Amino acid sequence: MAQLIDDDPRIIEFDVRTDEMLVNMGPQHPSTHGVLRLVLRTDGEIVSEVEPHIGYLHRCAEKIGENLTARQWIPYTDRMDYLAAMNMNLGWSLAVEKLMQYQVSERARHLRVLIAEMGRIASHLVGMGAYGLDLGTFSPFLYAFREREKILDLFEEACGARLTYSYITVGGLTADLPPGWLRKCEDFLDQFEPIIKEYHALLTTNAIFVKRTANIGVMSPELAIEYGCSGPVLRGSGVDQDMRRDGESIYTAMYDGYAFEVAVMKNGHYPRDHQYPPVPADAVIGDCWHRFFVRMLEVVQSMDLVRQSIDRYSACKGPLGEPVKLTEKIPAGDAYLETECPKGQMGFYLVSDGSAIPWRVRARSSSFSNLAVTHELCRGCLIADVPAIVGSLDIVMGEIDR
Amino acid sequence: MRGPGFLEQLETALPGSVAGSRLDALDPWIEIEPSRLVDVCRWLREKSEVRFDALECITAIDWFEPDSKKAAKATWQPHTELVYHLWSTASRVSIVLKVKLPRWKGDVPGQLPEVGSVTGVWRGANWHEREVYDLSGVWFTGHPDLRRILCPEDWEGHPLRKDYEQPLEYHGIRGR
Repeated sequence: MAQLIDDDPRIIEFDVRTDEMLVNMGPQHPSTHGVLRLVLRTDGEIVSEVEPHIGYLHRCAEKIGENLTARQWIPYTDRMDYLAAMNMNLGWSLAVEKLMQYQVSERARHLRVLIAEMGRIASHLVGMGAYGLDLGTFSPFLYAFREREKILDLFEEACGARLTYSYITVGGLTADLPPGWLRKCEDFLDQFEPIIKEYHALLTTNAIFVKRTANIGVMSPELAIEYGCSGPVLRGSGVDQDMRRDGESIYTAMYDGYAFEVAVMKNGHYPRDHQYPPVPADAVIGDCWHRFFVRMLEVVQSMDLVRQSIDRYSACKGPLGEPVKLTEKIPAGDAYLETECPKGQMGFYLVSDGSAIPWRVRARSSSFSNLAVTHELCRGCLIADVPAIVGSLDIVMGEIDR
Repeated sequence: MRGPGFLEQLETALPGSVAGSRLDALDPWIEIEPSRLVDVCRWLREKSEVRFDALECITAIDWFEPDSKKAAKATWQPHTELVYHLWSTASRVSIVLKVKLPRWKGDVPGQLPEVGSVTGVWRGANWHEREVYDLSGVWFTGHPDLRRILCPEDWEGHPLRKDYEQPLEYHGIRGR
């Protein structure tokens, strides 16, 4: 036993038994990413149980959806994952289009890819910066927001809003890009590309960051799948799944002809990993560090997709097409569609009775499923690891509580 | 999941569990007898050729029209429908299970309809079932901890039911 204690400095904590204590973390704790309350059952520094309490942002968006037409609900999807509102608009639009059997024009398709991937970069930048905040380092957040602002400026120019866009809509997009936008977007990509190195220096290879995240909150692929985890959380556990490639044809058709590799570790290697810093020796697949690193890889992957979509979009000379009428009737039936949002697989389910107003609207939130696994990951960890684990899931409360 | 013979395999393995199906629908679905739901889910996860290892979503749809004039024209009888969206990570296919329940158990208003919980099949079903219970009022028997999840614990009623009425006040906060 003495040998063991010498080897692992954490084991000494287990030997010191104190009284059990219930500690409330949140709902206004800075590292809970919104109004999430965690009840921790602790013994000294060791957490034996974590129970998330959610619902502080609940406004029953699904009920609201039963009283509006399909297109009128678009602004409500903005307010679910407000950090990646473009991707939420896209998910709902595609689900409605699936039931309507509607196909958007080629030009709209490529513009949607462009906008959705820019949205992914913007969301992952917050995920990365805020994760630094959770672990007690402030500067990465500022670096991340410096670049995110530029993306928001571009979005503002395209649709007028900086947070809740309602830009992608059923039947296409509300407007085409203004003249000169593509040039600005390319300029942004050119100056953003070298900056990725800064992020890797600030966090990925930072010794303190690695100590706080490597081998912490390890999630096995089986556990991740059983809980319905998705997105970077699932891929961080080494499960090769990305709806952009594996999803339903109406969604994968959007990415037809685009070249990208799913950011997941295969045979001990990430795609094109010679360009990135090596995986730290302590990191094991499925831990916080890998979940974070997958997001960093996806930023580069999305930049590549944006470049491809700019070329294709400019080559499309046809019209963008008009969105469907606000009061367009939806054929009776039901359709479920999952899209790959930055946080994970966001599913929208629509049941129609043939009128313009859906009979039932359902949003399957990726963050909801990702958060549900917290109590499994936090069992037996240190209190200081709880923000590291919750932060690595990159949740957005607006989407969980709906 | 459009594979031929899939439905036959299910019927052979668990006779009498399938109540109907539409495999040519936009999302192919199978309707399951409520009493056999947990068995079917376990079979789909552990025994079937395609292992459905992930539960993506549980939805409850309230088929009820509060307006009596419109209700007379409805083509369906009032009921609650549960929809389970399953996904197979290895085969990358999905399937939809539907279960029809009465709106109230024994048609007594206030008595929630009951169906078996699938938390024993997928642990991730825990929160999804809590959400359905909270918002649509379906009691999952065998659930380890069936409490409200999004609404406060002392909230009354189930908001996603079509005959739900918003409370006039809640702890001194004005409602309507």
